[in-house]
Amino acid sequence: MKTTSVMIAGAMTAAMAGPVAAQTEIEWWHAMGGSLGETVNKIATEFNASQSDYVITPVFKGSYEETLTAGIAAFRAGEQPNILQVFDAGAATVIGAQGATIPVQDLLVDNGIAFDIEDYISGVRYFYADSDGKMIGMPFNSSSPIMYFNVDALEAAGVTAPVTWEEFQDVTAPALVEAGYVPLTQSHMPWIFTENFFSRHNLPFASANNGYDSADVTINMDAPEIRDHFEAFKGWIDNGYAGFYGASWDDNATPFQQGEVGMWLGSSGSFGGLQQTAEFEFSATYLPYWEAITTEPTQTFIGGAALFAMSGQPEEENKATAEFFRFLTSPEVQYMWHQETGYVPITEAAYEVAKADGHYDRFPAAEVGIQQLSLPAGEWTRGYRMGFYVQVRDVMNREYTRYLTGDTSLEDAFATIKEESDELLARFAQTQN
Amino acid sequence: MKRAAFSQPLMPVALLLPQLVIIAVFFYWPAWEAIYSSFFLQDPFGFGSNFVGADNYTRLAKSSEYAKVAGFTVFFTVIVTVLSLGTALLLAVKADKVIRGAKTYRTLLMWVYAIAPPVAGFLGALLFDQNIGPITDLFAFFGYNLQIGLNYNDTAFAMIVVSVWKQIPVNFIFLLSGLQSIPVAVREAALIDNKSGTRRFWDITFPLLAPTAFFLLITNITYALFDTFGVIDIMVKGNPASNPITLVYKVYTDGFRGGDLGGSSAQSVVLMVLVLALTIMQFRMLERRIHYT
Repeated sequence: MKTTSVMIAGAMTAAMAGPVAAQTEIEWWHAMGGSLGETVNKIATEFNASQSDYVITPVFKGSYEETLTAGIAAFRAGEQPNILQVFDAGAATVIGAQGATIPVQDLLVDNGIAFDIEDYISGVRYFYADSDGKMIGMPFNSSSPIMYFNVDALEAAGVTAPVTWEEFQDVTAPALVEAGYVPLTQSHMPWIFTENFFSRHNLPFASANNGYDSADVTINMDAPEIRDHFEAFKGWIDNGYAGFYGASWDDNATPFQQGEVGMWLGSSGSFGGLQQTAEFEFSATYLPYWEAITTEPTQTFIGGAALFAMSGQPEEENKATAEFFRFLTSPEVQYMWHQETGYVPITEAAYEVAKADGHYDRFPAAEVGIQQLSLPAGEWTRGYRMGFYVQVRDVMNREYTRYLTGDTSLEDAFATIKEESDELLARFAQTQN
Repeated sequence: MKRAAFSQPLMPVALLLPQLVIIAVFFYWPAWEAIYSSFFLQDPFGFGSNFVGADNYTRLAKSSEYAKVAGFTVFFTVIVTVLSLGTALLLAVKADKVIRGAKTYRTLLMWVYAIAPPVAGFLGALLFDQNIGPITDLFAFFGYNLQIGLNYNDTAFAMIVVSVWKQIPVNFIFLLSGLQSIPVAVREAALIDNKSGTRRFWDITFPLLAPTAFFLLITNITYALFDTFGVIDIMVKGNPASNPITLVYKVYTDGFRGGDLGGSSAQSVVLMVLVLALTIMQFRMLERRIHYT
């Protein structure tokens, strides 16, 4: 018995060792858990099966923050992976550290793979680019905050999904309360109600061209519009128009999935998961805007994360990374990723494939994210670039929650966010020369 | 007194060396690195680095947020230490008296010891979950809306409950064996002198238990300060926001999560000095009152 299993194990090792020895192996650290992780593994398996020269191994490293931390620690120890997934809030950190990564545009061109930034959908083109427009990180799981709604709830209330926040507070919310629902929850205040609040209304989020031009930057958290928005949000919570369960994503998403909440602001990338968990019919629409601020709302920032090719790897491994990026951006793979997860396809070609296949006829909600990213662009919708931004988000979450639970005043909360964020940005600038 | 001498002078050095190397590698070197980098601001990836003098320290001194976290840390440490030691002592005294089924009883009490802090935190997070937590339902039954992750006090309460629960078994094991090592003769003699059980406990049992209790006091303070990290991390779900956190957790959020290595190094130096002072104080003030047998 024992001998047999040893022999089988030996045979298997020998069988595997044969071809592997001749292949170039690369590693990919990512933050995609649950069903997203399964799709990531599927992409890797398909890439490995599609050719015989390269083998990619995806490694799950925890949350976005944990993955970035692990990548930084590994880089400092000289043990970095070939590909590191870095989320939107970490973009400034990784792009600021020139020399830590190989710009994806250079990587592709140097390895003889055609690259045209115009192939990518407009919303994702420049978020992970430097100030000259050179693409540094390969957009991977790209999403945007959208509004999901419980179709039955809205029908019971006799309303349609609101287009503006004015409509929400005057029409939709009272009707949903009447029908016995908590009208609204949101899952990420810095991302949905701050960053994308600025882009949706085409307002400058930070100085120095939203931070793209220089690390010497200050944040526009003293803009009256954002303050008014949070004052309104607190009003909604206080009179039952909105539920608020803290800064955790899931605590705010769960009541929607349980059918207690009528509308939920989440990620377009939540689509795949919702399809599996929600037991009611749901759909989605654009993130609402304030008509009092603008009558021409603009597109939102791309959220999610990008893949960065870490430097300090042998040539043939970089070649493997480039080949993997070629595979990853192919319309078929992008469409598969889009279908299974809800993240937007990052190239125009993949979007066309999805349309031609009738994906959006079957699931209209799946197109909302990409449509919202394709809305008219504005001067301030390209993205933002701020260092120590993970900490800035922590400060926002802290002060917003304090304000919303009545522990501090609106003025104090925003003054603290502005002051601490600017201090963090100034400190980051000091690390950059 | 005759001095013991080794015939080979190198022998003691060789015997000490492994321990010294371990201390040097795992304590002195990182401690030095922390002190050194606390005077710099550096790029997370390690490219740029700027000397900023004592900036990282003056910033901490001025930060009201840091003061708030420090305040909570003190409160949390005292509460967790007192509650976990107190409860364990009560359980140990009672368990010491149990004759029938003693083993089962003790095993049941020690069980929790095998649970890792993050797992304990995860169990706590589930039990106290706002939407599906049974404990939240229990509180709701009594008319209280428990909101972990949103209400500062509720989160602090849940963190303390889970941290205490996790620590009781360790204390229980030590205190019970401490109790059992008290000679029967001493106890019987005390019984003749005084029939009040409470009185006998404080006059005879407790002083004899003091060496164990002192050791536990130090380990419990260390536990509350450092080892509760896993519990806190899971309970705040990686998103501290306005939730209570301890100084160690702040070192992690600012340094590892936030990438500010200089600022976080300064925080860990402050923490190191605090713990050093605390330990010296404990040994100075308490140890001299304790009689080791």
